Amino acid sequence: MAPLLKLTGVTAFYGAIQALKGVDLEVASGEIVTLIGANGAGKSTLMMTICGSPHARHGQIIYDGRDITALPTHEIMHMGLAQSPEGRRIFGRMTVHENLLMGAQVVGMRNYAATRDLVFGLFPRLKERLTQRGGTLSGGEQQMLAIGRALMSQPRLLLLDEPSLGLAPLVVRQIFGAIRQLNRETGLTVLLVEQNAFQALRLAHRGYVLVNGAVTMAGPGAELLARPEIRAAYLEGGH
Amino acid sequence: MNPNLKDASISALVALGLFGPMIGLKTESGSIGLFLIPRPLALAAAVVAVFFGRLLLLTWRGQRPRGTQTNHKLAETIKRSGRFLTPALLTLAIVLPFISGRYGIDLGILVLTYVMLGWGLNIVVGLAGLLDLGYVAFYAVGAYSFALLAQTFGLGFWTCLPLAGLFAATWGVMLGFPVLRLRGDYLAIVTLAFGEIIRIVLLNAASITGGPNGISGIPRPTLFGLQFTAAGGHGSFTGFFESIGYPIEYSPTQRVAFLYYVILGLALLTNWVTLRLRRVALGRAWEALREDEVACRSLGINVTVTKLTAFAIGATFGGLAGAFFATRNAFISPESFTFIESAIVLAIVVLGGLGSQLGTALAAIVMIGGFEVFRDLADYRMLLFGLALVLIMVLRPRGLVSGRTPSVALGRRREISAELVAEGRG
Ligand SMILES: Nc1ncnc2c1ncn2[C@@H]1O[C@H](COP(=O)(O)OP(=O)(O)O)[C@@H](O)[C@H]1O
Ligand SMILES: [Mg+2]
Repeated sequence: MAPLLKLTGVTAFYGAIQALKGVDLEVASGEIVTLIGANGAGKSTLMMTICGSPHARHGQIIYDGRDITALPTHEIMHMGLAQSPEGRRIFGRMTVHENLLMGAQVVGMRNYAATRDLVFGLFPRLKERLTQRGGTLSGGEQQMLAIGRALMSQPRLLLLDEPSLGLAPLVVRQIFGAIRQLNRETGLTVLLVEQNAFQALRLAHRGYVLVNGAVTMAGPGAELLARPEIRAAYLEGGH
Repeated sequence: MNPNLKDASISALVALGLFGPMIGLKTESGSIGLFLIPRPLALAAAVVAVFFGRLLLLTWRGQRPRGTQTNHKLAETIKRSGRFLTPALLTLAIVLPFISGRYGIDLGILVLTYVMLGWGLNIVVGLAGLLDLGYVAFYAVGAYSFALLAQTFGLGFWTCLPLAGLFAATWGVMLGFPVLRLRGDYLAIVTLAFGEIIRIVLLNAASITGGPNGISGIPRPTLFGLQFTAAGGHGSFTGFFESIGYPIEYSPTQRVAFLYYVILGLALLTNWVTLRLRRVALGRAWEALREDEVACRSLGINVTVTKLTAFAIGATFGGLAGAFFATRNAFISPESFTFIESAIVLAIVVLGGLGSQLGTALAAIVMIGGFEVFRDLADYRMLLFGLALVLIMVLRPRGLVSGRTPSVALGRRREISAELVAEGRG
């Protein structure tokens, strides 16, 4: 079966700076794939390039059998992709409810109630805080909201950029648990960008290691976890 | 040395440097050009005033309890009074022509024009967060398109009004396109230039716009085809009452009161549209855009369309207000559309608390009304005006009504004032 998302030789630039140097990556339907790498490796750039901002300069991005390489961002986001961007970026002055509505806008509120209940099932906190402003939530709650907001568009592929950033270990476990549950119960495909390599590799079916804008290693999560060079670079001392 | 004294001395020194040429020297035109008159006393008075003013301010600040308690109290008062303030203001607005004389109605028209402009600009600046310093351009486009359409094609007010709005909307999109990628200061500069360009074009395209002489003899609005003229007879307001057997005396106040209700209707239309839009996807997208453009993109919002509609709809209301201005004055010239107009409208929106409908209305009443009330003070009005702005910004840094009302309410409305919420990014 053809993968849901397939990148071949993707490069991306910020002006003259090359942030991605020919990335090949595949995500099959129903998989959790993680992309790990140090700060500045280009993980967020890869995530944003899939969404068309910046556009890939070379290479090709195929999603669900369609070439989305040159499509504008808002069109790509209408095709069943959803993203929880780095730094959460929830709307601080808007209520939790309004944030969720913003997520559902792209599908024109289709299946709104059912999707909202799914999100509340995953993160009961959000239901309690429905009328509270996003900016007054705790960090963990904000991350839950960012994921919940992305889920409101009922995506087939969920892109998550460092959901564990700056959160307490207990909250991280809670959020990773929710991702696993989503994947198991709804078959949602997830591409997870993480610096928290240990937990991400344990959660994911497969992983990629990004170094300086290029993929240096790929393989099943457990296999990558066992490799000494990964342990040395990303696991020991770090987490 | 006491730090307050030191601070006040420095302030006084700065004042000396600043006011030295501004107040200390006066130019007087004599027989052989200009000559300067030194005014040491006036200068000394200004410097001393600054010294003690600063000292007073610092002492007051030092004695103020920690935190911003006064601020919260004021915010609470305004919020609580908001519930009955809105219907009270609306009632007052509706009955005003019956309870006040010609002067009151004229002032009401002026205030309502700015309320409408404020609400229109609020869509662009308050909701979508696009800092527009050239809003007067759309006011001008509306006024001129109405005047030219009415004069060239002999069309009436009610035909031209929507057309003027449409023209302004078109210009809104035309401004929107080149500035799509700009934000903050850069957007402000370009919109500022746009406002000036429109004015200068109007000034120089004399063959169409009459240049500095402007356009006069702009037709007055009619009420279902009835005109407000002293002559009476068929097709006039008084003539109509005569024909149905209730003759009434003609008075110019009838026309003014009618104009008043026209602008009241237009302003309420602006408010109604804004309130409706806030509850639908587009309005929510504007507010989201103001907070975080990147997040909006990641949610599949078409940022281009969202920004352009904000410019277009904001411009439409500016254009409608402009058409009203033209018909009320019966005369327009580029002089009415200078940068100061943009600045006043923006000040109304900012002082009102970006995004707040009630705040904008209050700010318009306070500023425009206050401006009129202190007319006798002549030049000192501007001084007072500046002082009032500074005072409001010190006491209420986020505007008079700063709490954002959620666009969707679940049961009881719960609100957390904006002071507690971090500023949006971008
Ligand atoms: N908007 C930008 N403009 C210029 N350079 C950028 C921008 N965003 C990221 N970069 C650069 O691209 C590289 C990759 O960044 P990023 O994708 O954010 O890395 P990661 O998410 O892995 O930490 C870094 O060298 C960073 O400095
Ligand atoms: Mg990153």
